Amino acid sequence: MTDVTFLPGAPSARRLDLTSDAAKARVRSRYRSEARFRWYGICAIVVTAVFLVVLITDILIKGLPAFTQHSLSIDVPVTAELADPEGKGTPEALAAGDYNKLVREAVRSHLGIEGRAATSNLSKLLSTGSGDGLRDAVMSDPKLIGQTVPVTALLSDDADLYLKGTGTKIERADGVAIATPSDVKGDITITAPGAFAADTAALRDVITKRVATLTAGAELYEQSADATVRDRAKPLREEIATLAASISDANAPALLGSHVPSLLIAINGGIVKLSSLTNDTASGTALIPLKSAEAAQAGAWQRVTYVTPEADRKVDDAKVALLDRLQADGKVSRGFNTLFFTAGDSREAELAGIRGALVGSILTLAVTLALCLPIGVMAAVYLEEFAKKNWFTDLIEININNLAAVPSIVFGLLGLAVFLNFFGLPRSAPIVGGLVLALLVLPTIIIAARAALRAVPPSIKEAALGVGASHQQAIFHHVLPLAMPGIMTGTIIGMAHALGETAPLLMIGMVAFIVDIPAGFTDSATALPVQIYLWSDLPEAAFKQKTAAAIIVLLMLLFVMNGLAIWLRKRFERRW
Amino acid sequence: MNIRIALPASVAVVGMLAFAGTAVARDQIRVVGSSTVYPFTTAVAEAFGKASGKTPVVESTGTGGGMKIFCEGVGEATADVTNASRRIKKSEVELCAKNGVTEIVEITVGFDGLTLAHSKAGTPFKLTLGQVFLALAEKVPDKDGNLIANPYKQWSDIDASLPATKIEVLGPPPTSGTRDSLHELFLEKGAETFPAIKALKEKDAKAFEAVWKSIRKDGAYVEAGENDNVIVQKLEGNKDAVGVFGYSFLEENTAKITGIAIEGVEPSYEAISGGKYKGARKLYVYVKKQHVGVIPGLDKFVAEYVSDKAIGEEGYLSQKGLVALPKEDQDKVRKSALAMEPMKPELIN
Repeated sequence: MTDVTFLPGAPSARRLDLTSDAAKARVRSRYRSEARFRWYGICAIVVTAVFLVVLITDILIKGLPAFTQHSLSIDVPVTAELADPEGKGTPEALAAGDYNKLVREAVRSHLGIEGRAATSNLSKLLSTGSGDGLRDAVMSDPKLIGQTVPVTALLSDDADLYLKGTGTKIERADGVAIATPSDVKGDITITAPGAFAADTAALRDVITKRVATLTAGAELYEQSADATVRDRAKPLREEIATLAASISDANAPALLGSHVPSLLIAINGGIVKLSSLTNDTASGTALIPLKSAEAAQAGAWQRVTYVTPEADRKVDDAKVALLDRLQADGKVSRGFNTLFFTAGDSREAELAGIRGALVGSILTLAVTLALCLPIGVMAAVYLEEFAKKNWFTDLIEININNLAAVPSIVFGLLGLAVFLNFFGLPRSAPIVGGLVLALLVLPTIIIAARAALRAVPPSIKEAALGVGASHQQAIFHHVLPLAMPGIMTGTIIGMAHALGETAPLLMIGMVAFIVDIPAGFTDSATALPVQIYLWSDLPEAAFKQKTAAAIIVLLMLLFVMNGLAIWLRKRFERRW
Repeated sequence: MNIRIALPASVAVVGMLAFAGTAVARDQIRVVGSSTVYPFTTAVAEAFGKASGKTPVVESTGTGGGMKIFCEGVGEATADVTNASRRIKKSEVELCAKNGVTEIVEITVGFDGLTLAHSKAGTPFKLTLGQVFLALAEKVPDKDGNLIANPYKQWSDIDASLPATKIEVLGPPPTSGTRDSLHELFLEKGAETFPAIKALKEKDAKAFEAVWKSIRKDGAYVEAGENDNVIVQKLEGNKDAVGVFGYSFLEENTAKITGIAIEGVEPSYEAISGGKYKGARKLYVYVKKQHVGVIPGLDKFVAEYVSDKAIGEEGYLSQKGLVALPKEDQDKVRKSALAMEPMKPELIN
């Protein structure tokens, strides 16, 4: 600030100039510069906040649906053949029963569908854990065999995702003419004079457009000089021919396919998926059999459209029809996903939970804390209060500061070499994870503890020494208690850091699929961030939601830990 | 924390450490290895655990890393099974033998298809192996058969029938087993379709290897990380980009992406299982025979893995994206796995 010329008491060589235009300009420029700086600051905060908000919103949007889950309520007749095939009634025999099949059969008979395709569709809609609740019920009360038991069965991850809105919009319209189905199951032709005219016209337009697209592609191939490229046009030409024939004259049936919205007819309690259409008739196969082949009055049957073409979604028409029916019957309910917090890992997205990882993280952090806090505090107290200041303690200090900046994977390699290979500790065990993470956070805690000790005014120690306390008494009775809030804050922040680490755990085998919840420090375990990493790598779409949900849980934990650190500081901090 | 509590606690932990060294007998199977096989082995482990109580621990370490741990030696401290997305190498068999792992049972569990795919919003197209090579290799033959730096910027530069969009391929980094497959299944085979390179192969095998093992570095091939989900996500946002990943990821995302037909064959379950699709690779599991009878349940775990309800055509692994072996091969694998026939090291090259 060269333009500050006035110094009190200093001989004023130059006259204080506050009124000239130049001075005013200088003042204005200083104000402008300060205002500009404030704007920079606000901009920086806004940019950071925007990043944070985008990140958190993205995670919340993806993750929140995973905290609820769809399940099916159905009355299941428990037959002895499936629940207790050997007829022994022992717990082992009961545990071996096929409870999934019991549930599946109950749903099948509720829907009135039959055949291999129906069984396969249902087993894809129901979770592989759908019978677990029933198994537990029967095992605790074998008298249930032979009775009909109300069961809440989990739906599979695909069905769950579909119901959460990743499927298709469904449009319904009442049929306008009297419709007569030709049969009740299998291939069915429904005759309803004039009822399909609008649909047929729309379908013809779509087919015409597709023919044009395909023709353009085929022509491109045919222009090529290369014979193999020209050959590629042939299958296209065949498809063009079939499609063109279907719209060639007004009476030919127009073909539906997986690339156009699916059209279905709900009639006489059944659902028919259409494959071809004319103005007066619609042909297709029954997805849910009809109750009768009687003619249905206008308004008593419906045209149902699944707007998203079948090729563009994960759940096909047959399964959508079944789910839609189950939903209409009030059998599907959405509830809080308790399994997510009570189950260990699983390869079935709907059964996977974070409890194993959470317990693993807690065990690991317990080991870390039990090692770090005493060692870190002792080291800090000695270095700060007792050690002589010489080149050796300086060297130690430099090394501690360096260690705090070493990449975490290095600690993992060290753990592998020392704890696993030399000491022969088990792989994947929380005790090894805790040891490795203790090495990682120890420097942080020592640095924080020394800073906290240094912040206690020397007068406290001097007063204690003055009334005759020993050096040790002065520190342990007076200085350390006053430094404790600062030390705790540092420790909790160090622990939060350890909670989020994956890299060091990779080397010691904690990046693993572990179903059983660890019960001790030497059991195989994984940790929360590792679970997130493993889930993010799986192909199933439902695991993407689980990943985001696990991130939410981890963020909440970090939030609580950091909040605790702030609270401790505010609560116990003393100012002098 | 009070020092009077903290101090004994830490002493207790240190004490536990001393005891943990003398670990109790292990009753849990330990699996290491490939991240490609991980989704399948974990499913088997879970099914096995539901029936027997103790679920095996499956680590995802990568094929090479898994082999290293697997071949460390025999005994409770070493892994029992390793997953591999390629066949065990001669050097690895030798490493195993040196450390006392002499009896290894090889199980071929099924196929994984290496697929090229793009967003449904993009222009559909098909490729030949030669075209894949021309799009991805660092050096390609010109008209006279001389190797030149890859000049192709657009797909249409390679062949007029291909779309006039920028070549942008998102694929795995060199550390991935999928990357090895990309080289071996597509680039090596693709390179051989050019007479000039074929002649080079006969003359100078090393130079030939350099041709198909190098991928262009001018930005047309983007290393998108080990996580195949990330590649799928990027394809959704960029309709002209092409992604390289395993078939299970294509199957799981058919609503958003389409597979590119290679040599006229679309990547489909039937085409891969029938051996028609060029990008099919076998997946393996290696079992330490010396651990059978020592680690409880290891033989039952193998039996669960090769059972029809797991690796069969209708098995639960096929729902997870594994493509089943043809029926006869399955029976052969099942027979030799149940008999725990160790593989013959001389057959490995």
